[in-house]
Amino acid sequence: MVIIGAGECGVRAAFALRENGYDGPVTLIGSEKHLPYERPPLSKAAIVSEDHPAPRTIAALSLFNETNIDFIGSSTATSIDRGEKSVALEDGRKIPYERLLFATGASPRPLPLAAGSKHCTTLRSFEDALAIRARFQPGARIVIVGGGFIGLELAASARKRGASVTVIEAQSRIMMRGVPEEIAKVIDTRHRDEGVTILCDTGIVSFADSAENVAITLSTGNVIVADLAIIGIGATPVTALAEASSLETGNGIVVNDWLQTSDPNIYAAGDCCIFPLAVYGGRRVRLEAWRNAQEQGTLAARNMLGAQEPHQSVPWFWSDQYELGLQVAGLSDEGTQTIRRDLGDGAFILFHLAADGRLIAASGIGPGNSVAKDIRLAEMLIARGARPDSHQLATADVKLKSLLAA
Amino acid sequence: MSNWVEACTSDDIDEEDVMRFDHAGKTFAIYRSPDDEFFATDGLCTHEHIHLADGLVMDEIIECPKHNGRFNYKTGEAKGAPVCINLKTYPVKIEAGKILIQLG
Ligand SMILES: Cc1cc2nc3c(=O)[nH]c(=O)nc-3n(C[C@H](O)[C@H](O)[C@H](O)COP(=O)(O)OP(=O)(O)OC[C@H]3O[C@@H](n4cnc5c(N)ncnc54)[C@H](O)[C@@H]3O)c2cc1C
Ligand code: FES
Repeated sequence: MVIIGAGECGVRAAFALRENGYDGPVTLIGSEKHLPYERPPLSKAAIVSEDHPAPRTIAALSLFNETNIDFIGSSTATSIDRGEKSVALEDGRKIPYERLLFATGASPRPLPLAAGSKHCTTLRSFEDALAIRARFQPGARIVIVGGGFIGLELAASARKRGASVTVIEAQSRIMMRGVPEEIAKVIDTRHRDEGVTILCDTGIVSFADSAENVAITLSTGNVIVADLAIIGIGATPVTALAEASSLETGNGIVVNDWLQTSDPNIYAAGDCCIFPLAVYGGRRVRLEAWRNAQEQGTLAARNMLGAQEPHQSVPWFWSDQYELGLQVAGLSDEGTQTIRRDLGDGAFILFHLAADGRLIAASGIGPGNSVAKDIRLAEMLIARGARPDSHQLATADVKLKSLLAA
Repeated sequence: MSNWVEACTSDDIDEEDVMRFDHAGKTFAIYRSPDDEFFATDGLCTHEHIHLADGLVMDEIIECPKHNGRFNYKTGEAKGAPVCINLKTYPVKIEAGKILIQLG
């Protein structure tokens, strides 16, 4: 069994092969030089920590050794021979496979206008985080292009380090994708209270570098000077190798319910794949979420061993900004009706119901982990296809757990 | 070794639920299982030091509110990614409706 990509998904898959009793060779190939590490801290703890950060590894080297997983780091898979069933690495090595998994993840979407600027960067790897951290100094002028999760988490981290921040968003509000307006508003206000300037409905005309900084001309005609600009306009799936191998792709490597690509011996999982989401009637989606990467890695491993189990989880993600914790279960854009439950301390949950009364998503925001438990219970209700009573959903005194028992 | 500390009363926690207990600069989590037994563990997740008391109790599992790491709160055993370090557990006894946990 061979896995290309040693991120959250690939690593999970490698361990899951062993957990499911497979004792043949497992090779995990990753281009990065570190032991596989977690990405979510890169916009949060790694930037704000007092001490110089280290990558937070997913598993110690000893664990790979004990479970006899051959982890090959600093090594990029460059081609696949589907006839011969082998993967070629950049150093010329060839590794035969019985089943192959693509867990190649995603990479930041480039902004062509910014291509020539040396004061513009993106965030995906630990090295990116270190470089950004070094520039987040008191008084530094940081511009963040794109009001999505990573950009906004970086904005919060920059404020904690005393830098000044402007967020430029092309759409009419921040977090247009995946987060309902009521919640985006809470986050928007929190950033503004912290002194962050947020410019919505604003495009960029040009970037002009000087030796020290970059002048960014906005669609409004205004010019902002930044010591560092971070482009956070989303990510694109890493599919080049899959495409070169003539696998079906299109906003991700296309897989079926079992995470199998157009070649039955090849699977894809995590940020790189586009898959049918069973809870929404098979709507095809590509997620960029940490737990999904883990779940799909685990499932792909089982299916590579012949289980033929469909992916059935409800999507879930979180984001941390300042003391606020945001969590979303399900895809809220599927909802036609929204019910709000206030939990005190400013925390609240929005339940999103479909026209037929089914609960299909829940989004919550509040200090710390105040919404976590209810979001988790909502997720179970969603998975179950429950049609909870809207008055009960709105009443904080009614425990969601009791609805689950119903 | 018999440092028993009163944490709460049995009425403070619902069945299949958890509550936070801070004592002498440390934080603990006290659980009441669905079959009405009480248990105690360290209060912070071994992954990112998050308060487990904000998490969900399901049978004998406590699920961390932050990234859904799971532990068996009866044994402290870590039950899968992203948690890999077990949780310390503490003996519990009930005296006249009071929940006592043994520290040190
Ligand atoms: C800064 C940041 C913050 C985030 N915060 C959150 C959060 O708060 N909540 C949340 O739910 N999610 C968050 N995410 C998303 C989450 O980290 C991703 O969903 C997850 O990492 C996806 O895992 P993956 O294994 O599919 O892909 P990746 O983590 O991208 O791993 C893919 C790996 O494959 C390697 N690779 C690619 N091609 C090849 C090749 N040809 N040969 C060898 N190796 C290759 C890449 O170098 C990479 O190491 C965040 C992501 C980032 C970048
Ligand atoms: S902090 Fe508990 S699972 Fe991450």
